[in-house]
Amino acid sequence: MGLLDQRFENSNVFVTSMDALLNWARLSSLWGMQFGLACCAIEMMATGASHYDFDRFGTFFRGSPRQSDVMIVAGTVTLKMASRVRKLYDQMSEPRYVISMGSCSNCGGPYWEHGYHVLKGVDRVIPVDVYVPGCPPRPEALMEGLMKLQEKVRRESLAKGVKV
Amino acid sequence: MLTEFGRVLIFLIVGALFVAIGLVTAWLLRPHRPYPSKLSTYECGESPIGDTRIRFNIRFYVVALVFLIFDVEVVFLFPWATVYKGLGWFALIEMAVFLVILLVGYAYAWRNGDLDWDKPSPAVPQYEHGVGVHSSSIQDEIEV
Repeated sequence: MGLLDQRFENSNVFVTSMDALLNWARLSSLWGMQFGLACCAIEMMATGASHYDFDRFGTFFRGSPRQSDVMIVAGTVTLKMASRVRKLYDQMSEPRYVISMGSCSNCGGPYWEHGYHVLKGVDRVIPVDVYVPGCPPRPEALMEGLMKLQEKVRRESLAKGVKV
Repeated sequence: MLTEFGRVLIFLIVGALFVAIGLVTAWLLRPHRPYPSKLSTYECGESPIGDTRIRFNIRFYVVALVFLIFDVEVVFLFPWATVYKGLGWFALIEMAVFLVILLVGYAYAWRNGDLDWDKPSPAVPQYEHGVGVHSSSIQDEIEV
């Protein structure tokens, strides 16, 4: 735990105003991890490019998990990749968030029944904050997912035991 | 009144404060929950194999040295290119002299075989009784 993080028994005016500032800062610069697994990553790239302009949410992609806040699991998580995804998630610095993008990483998608090599949902290895449905989801859907995540970050608190 | 260097001092103090405030604020606010997997070396999701401090082949040294020379050459070429119009023939001849000097070094490196990964003719020291260790070329001179 940090010096202030989760150290307050109950919210007072100091904690709530600090929360507002801190959460605003965090949700306005959710840096994504440059990490794509399959065709959903193409849609993710389209979202990052100028036409859909992810940058206006403060989101752009970083080459290292140390500098990233949000991991967008874009694509099919194979069993071979699952341990890597877990390791990459572990190596991200906190606070860290996960957007599961597309049917494959939500639940296995088309590989649900016969995909012997596919993890049936990335939430079996890492905690997921937002699920974006679609196969693949359009960039608008991914942007909505990010905005849902921003709403979630807005409700976080330094106070002890506040579940998001 | 502030002297000229007084302003530099203010810059130094503000710069130090800027960094210090940023670091202290981050230290106050960040969650701090380390565990072994989080602290492991980032290798694109793979488990790191071995140590980062390994030995490199000595042949990279010559390559790096040759690269450095021509890197600096290009660094000198850029400012030269920006003022070239104003200086005219003088600048052109000056730069030609500079390039020729570096080309001599390039030719030397080429002749020595430093541009080849495998040296064509390694000079193996040879021992002859009562004479000592000589490389083959020196030995030829002695015989002549």
